[in-house]
Amino acid sequence: MNVLEVVNLRKYFPIRKGLLRRIAGQVRAVDGVSFHIKKGETLALVGESGCGKTTVSRCILRALPPSEGEIRFAVDGKVVDLAKLPKRALRPYRRHIQMVFQDPFSSLNPRMVIADIIGEPLLINGMRSGEERRKRVKELLDMVQLPAAYMNRFPHAFSGGQRQRVGIARALALHPSLIVADEPVSALDVSVQAQILNLLLDLQDRLGLTYLFVAHDLSVVKHVSDRVAVMYVGRMVEIAGTADIFARPRHPYTEALLSAVPKPDPRLKSERIILERDVADPANPPPGCHFHPRCRYAVERCKVDTPALQEVEPNRWVSCHRAHELMLRGVQ
Amino acid sequence: MPPTLMAERAAAPAAGTPILSVRGLKTYFRADDGVVRAVDGVSFDVRAGRTLGIVGESGCGKSITARSILGIVDRPGKIEAGEVWLTPGGGTGAPIDLAKLASDSAEMRAIRGKEIALVFQEPMSSFSHYYTVGNQIMEAIRLHSDATKQQAHARAVELLRLVGVPKPERRVDEYPFQLSGGLRQRVMIAMALACDPHVLIADEPTTALDVTTQAQILDLMRELQAKRALALILITHDMGVIAEMADDVVVMYLGRVVERGPVDAIFHDPKHPYTQALLRSIPSIMATPRTKLATISGSIPHPLNRPTGCPFHPRCPDFKPGVCDKAEPATTVIDDRREVACFLYGGGA
Ligand SMILES: Nc1ncnc2c1ncn2[C@@H]1O[C@H](COP(=O)(O)OP(=O)(O)OP(=O)(O)O)[C@@H](O)[C@H]1O
Ligand SMILES: Nc1ncnc2c1ncn2[C@@H]1O[C@H](COP(=O)(O)OP(=O)(O)OP(=O)(O)O)[C@@H](O)[C@H]1O
Ligand code: SF4
Ligand code: SF4
Ligand SMILES: [Mg+2]
Ligand SMILES: [Mg+2]
Repeated sequence: MNVLEVVNLRKYFPIRKGLLRRIAGQVRAVDGVSFHIKKGETLALVGESGCGKTTVSRCILRALPPSEGEIRFAVDGKVVDLAKLPKRALRPYRRHIQMVFQDPFSSLNPRMVIADIIGEPLLINGMRSGEERRKRVKELLDMVQLPAAYMNRFPHAFSGGQRQRVGIARALALHPSLIVADEPVSALDVSVQAQILNLLLDLQDRLGLTYLFVAHDLSVVKHVSDRVAVMYVGRMVEIAGTADIFARPRHPYTEALLSAVPKPDPRLKSERIILERDVADPANPPPGCHFHPRCRYAVERCKVDTPALQEVEPNRWVSCHRAHELMLRGVQ
Repeated sequence: MPPTLMAERAAAPAAGTPILSVRGLKTYFRADDGVVRAVDGVSFDVRAGRTLGIVGESGCGKSITARSILGIVDRPGKIEAGEVWLTPGGGTGAPIDLAKLASDSAEMRAIRGKEIALVFQEPMSSFSHYYTVGNQIMEAIRLHSDATKQQAHARAVELLRLVGVPKPERRVDEYPFQLSGGLRQRVMIAMALACDPHVLIADEPTTALDVTTQAQILDLMRELQAKRALALILITHDMGVIAEMADDVVVMYLGRVVERGPVDAIFHDPKHPYTQALLRSIPSIMATPRTKLATISGSIPHPLNRPTGCPFHPRCPDFKPGVCDKAEPATTVIDDRREVACFLYGGGA
């Protein structure tokens, strides 16, 4: 069963210029993206800075109104299109999708103790009794492996990893069916990052959670995801199972991305594909395939025709004109 | 004017010539609420044409080590002990102990940029917003040479071309905020190379960049190193970058060098429990999908709350009560490239 189906999602931001703030152009931050997430799985959304990962997440949470497309969310035995619902009608659904943020330092209110930070969503959703709330907060702290004695402390007394645990506990408070985690470990030290990744895997096993895991670090992604979706300049270029996409990428950008990841073993002589130039500007993307100016397999057609995302083999979606003929290199 | 940078250095020092030797360096910050031992007894050698990697988690003292070498530690930080021996001219001059020089002395100013240059951790904060890229490079050139404005300008363009900035004639007149992160880092490197230094210290040069941009920059640094016989100190918290770039590795924890050795030994025969734990806990792109990582218990202590004895003891799986929490282990020298500070290998216990 699919918890979420995103169909042809677009989000354009206006570029305003001059005194009158006239619209001079558009940033096509998300430009026709489709994917789905099955119940209980982790879909990793990867790609380089500015490719639109956070914008996709914020549209799903309806922190941003999408410009176009559908966001079908399965809840209470029915499917609602979150993209079309007016703000007020969204309310009953919000509690089912929760967010874990990148920065555990700025995402917690410094003037609230941990019990109130985690208890706030409970209170807002009608859990009036302080007794009941404390009980649930204790349970949640236990889930994220923090001592219940920490309840009355302020966030500044916690390390980065502990704050991230608090953020996760808060996200779990209302039994969400989907958790959107936007770079949840990228601000953490390596030794603490491992603890949080393991915790996320544990919680998923125990509670049957579904994750959209946004990240730019492909090594991290390999450890947590069931499937991987790769974005490039606002578009989806490839979606496949984790083992498959790493072993044998089918899109040239995925191949380059994988080859660029440093491998923690000096004996592995990596053959990196060095991409020329910079990532395209989403306000002024190249025509045809967005990747063509940097693609070493590009042909004439790539400069004019936009490749569609197609299922090239079961459960494997690729948007490249040459997907069927290219033999690309993966890692192991 | 130094000769053109595109060519190989004519009188390049032979690869492996020792250029910089740091011995027992200690840099402390003393404040009312206590002493932060940011760098607490660091030793290593840097050689021409070779890369020394300094690795460790946030706050372990990597940047302060770099700043100490150049004499640019912010107040109230101060070098408390140790030596920083530089053999100038790429190993041809008479050795100087930089730790003895006043940070604003003429000698030190002559060394910064010309002998040793630094690429900073945050490119944006190390540029001026008000001057063009070209003006900033030209200023660096004219500080150390009698080049005319035209010569300096021509050289700025050449440097930008060298570091792979497209259309350098145009970019030279742009401002840093007009550049992408990758281009900005290239310009940073161009500026560092302006006076053709023998030692380049790169402090997290790619941490803020995407992997594909990181690959470009690492490639560039390798190429420049080969051409100029640069002695490179590469500071990073990324073990993958270290594995790809370094010849020798220094692993730091809370200001201490816990282990030092050739890159292959560090990755395939790590001695110190922290190095071992760190290597087990890093996610790897080679891993089987959805596998749990080994973890290190606890987190890095606050610098003012430094554990007694071995700083790693509260998190160490090999902790020996009554030993490791009583005294700091001394450094055990295994051979001239390899040392470890842990009671499992002597350490004075
Ligand atoms: N509110 C906004 N107004 C205008 N442009 C925006 C806005 N938010 C994002 N953008 C632009 O949309 C594009 C996608 O941004 P987004 O934050 O989604 O990228 P990302 O993939 O999350 O990147 P990162 O890895 O750096 O977090 C970028 O070009 C960004 O500058
Ligand atoms: N100006 C300062 N005053 C007091 N303490 C300082 C100052 N600058 C640095 N420190 C402390 O010195 C220690 C070493 O800092 P340093 O910047 O060298 O760490 P680092 O290894 O470079 O970390 P990162 O990976 O986060 O860059 C830290 O505990 C830091 O808090
Ligand atoms: S469509 Fe063409 S340019 Fe785009 S990735 Fe495929 S081969 Fe490369
Ligand atoms: S000295 Fe003791 S506590 Fe420190 S690393 Fe060695 S065994 Fe562990
Ligand atoms: Mg983002
Ligand atoms: Mg630093």
